[in-house]
Amino acid sequence: MPHQPPSDGLILHDISVRFGGLTALEGVSLRVPPGRTVGVIGPNGAGKTTLFNVVCGFVAPTSGQLTLDGRPLRPRPHQLKKRGIARTLQGVGLFPSLTVLENVLVGESDRDRAEATLERCGAASYRDEKPAALPYAIRKRVALARALVTDPRLLLLDEPAGGLGVQEIEELGELITGLSCSVLLVEHHMDLVMTVCDEILVLDFGKPVAHGTPDEIRTDEAVADAYLGAAA
Amino acid sequence: MSGKMKIATIVAGVAVVVVLTLVFPPFRTYQLATVGAYLCVTAGLTVLTGLNGQLSLGHGALMATGAYTLALSVNAGWPLTAAFAAALVVTTVIGGVVGLAAARLRGPYLAGLTLAVAVVVPAITSTFDGTFNSDQGLSVALEPPPGTVTVEQWQAWLAWGAALIVLVLLQLLIGGRFGRELKAVRDDETAARLAGVGVARTQVLAFVVSAACAGIGGALFAVLAQSVSPGAFPLSLSLFLVMAIVIGGLGSLAGAAWGAVLLVALPALAHTVTEGIDAQRLEGNLPLALFGVTLIVVMLAAPGGIAALRPFKRSPFKRSPFTKAGLRPLRKRSKA
Repeated sequence: MPHQPPSDGLILHDISVRFGGLTALEGVSLRVPPGRTVGVIGPNGAGKTTLFNVVCGFVAPTSGQLTLDGRPLRPRPHQLKKRGIARTLQGVGLFPSLTVLENVLVGESDRDRAEATLERCGAASYRDEKPAALPYAIRKRVALARALVTDPRLLLLDEPAGGLGVQEIEELGELITGLSCSVLLVEHHMDLVMTVCDEILVLDFGKPVAHGTPDEIRTDEAVADAYLGAAA
Repeated sequence: MSGKMKIATIVAGVAVVVVLTLVFPPFRTYQLATVGAYLCVTAGLTVLTGLNGQLSLGHGALMATGAYTLALSVNAGWPLTAAFAAALVVTTVIGGVVGLAAARLRGPYLAGLTLAVAVVVPAITSTFDGTFNSDQGLSVALEPPPGTVTVEQWQAWLAWGAALIVLVLLQLLIGGRFGRELKAVRDDETAARLAGVGVARTQVLAFVVSAACAGIGGALFAVLAQSVSPGAFPLSLSLFLVMAIVIGGLGSLAGAAWGAVLLVALPALAHTVTEGIDAQRLEGNLPLALFGVTLIVVMLAAPGGIAALRPFKRSPFKRSPFTKAGLRPLRKRSKA
């Protein structure tokens, strides 16, 4: 049964994460409203993946609160599915010994739904292949299908365009735009981020430096400084 | 091959073995029975190590647990079926306890834990010698087989009946969702967690299933030998079991069957060789050496094990590590 649309979506309030003396995230607040796509960008080491790991329960925040649809979110990774959250990994994260269909069937045993999701992601014709035999772009599609098969209310996409060509990124953009669930997107490919996101949060050294619509982010000086370095 | 076909193959294979017990001489029938008992253990171990990626060096000790439980139960006057059930329950519980600890460990630490189990269990039999009769062990008083059936035939039918049940249940288990989850956890724990798989739960379950199979195998050994002693379950047995499933083909029940055959055939071959060259002093170590050589040869010729060989499809040497690494025969370059 599909998850009901969330009322409040995901809310991160004043999240900080410290690893000993290193501050990975500091005072990050963000809302991912129902049905919206929010991008998180920033240079390498800005804390984007740490933010994802906090939402997924791989990293416990040092301070701050998370809520999903008004209820506190204290996630444990294997229980995310029950809360309607799905995530793709920075690499493809497929299981090499399983076929494409079996990969999608892990954690979701409804075969019809798995095949329909593969069809939707454009990977149905590879259902009996092992991931190692597939082009990288197809593996990415399979990873996306495995996340979407649970019909999540919130989808976390960690650099989904990494390693893809221009045409493939365009197709990925169309796929993301067509999703009905909320999407939190970490991505370096700016064209994709600017095309699919309704809002963007920019992190630098773990701190939020800008938050706004794609147009606002494009013209933000702090964002340019973060990416290009402050003018001397 | 579909799941139903695999189960049909298992049933057909066991039926062939039962027919062989009717025509084989008693010693060969006893060897077949031993293969059946080993098969219960190797099938469980290949699920744990091959499909779930948990290395156990302590399955010999789990076998000993099953064997001693059966011996104590039978000697207490329990019927044989109840004694088997007791062996199953006790090893399952112990497997669960070891599995809970094992789920928190990885790589060499996991191997170290299971190795400790293999060392501790024989020591327990010496410490509590009032119950286990120390190194002398326990005899298992069994009733004679019914009618005109020979003892060896009865033992073989018992062993292969148990092997049939174990193999069919394991095939049903690994052919479905649980099998996918076992492999997913082995391949990528993080991705498995994100897909909703309880990694620790899956690992503990794998250990419990594998321990239960080892317990049944150990109980069968008690029936075959009609005695139990710590010397029957040395540390080297645990090593042989691991080598057997690797040589047979990790992660497949067919590989487990090949492994069980080797566990009986290689020591018998060693015995024949030492007798032939009149060097009985070698007999104790020769099986280990034979296993080592077989392991090296099979890994070079067929990294997937004997079960992965397709003799009529392609040469096994085409898939050797050398050719996989790109070391192919030199060919003349064609001119541009």
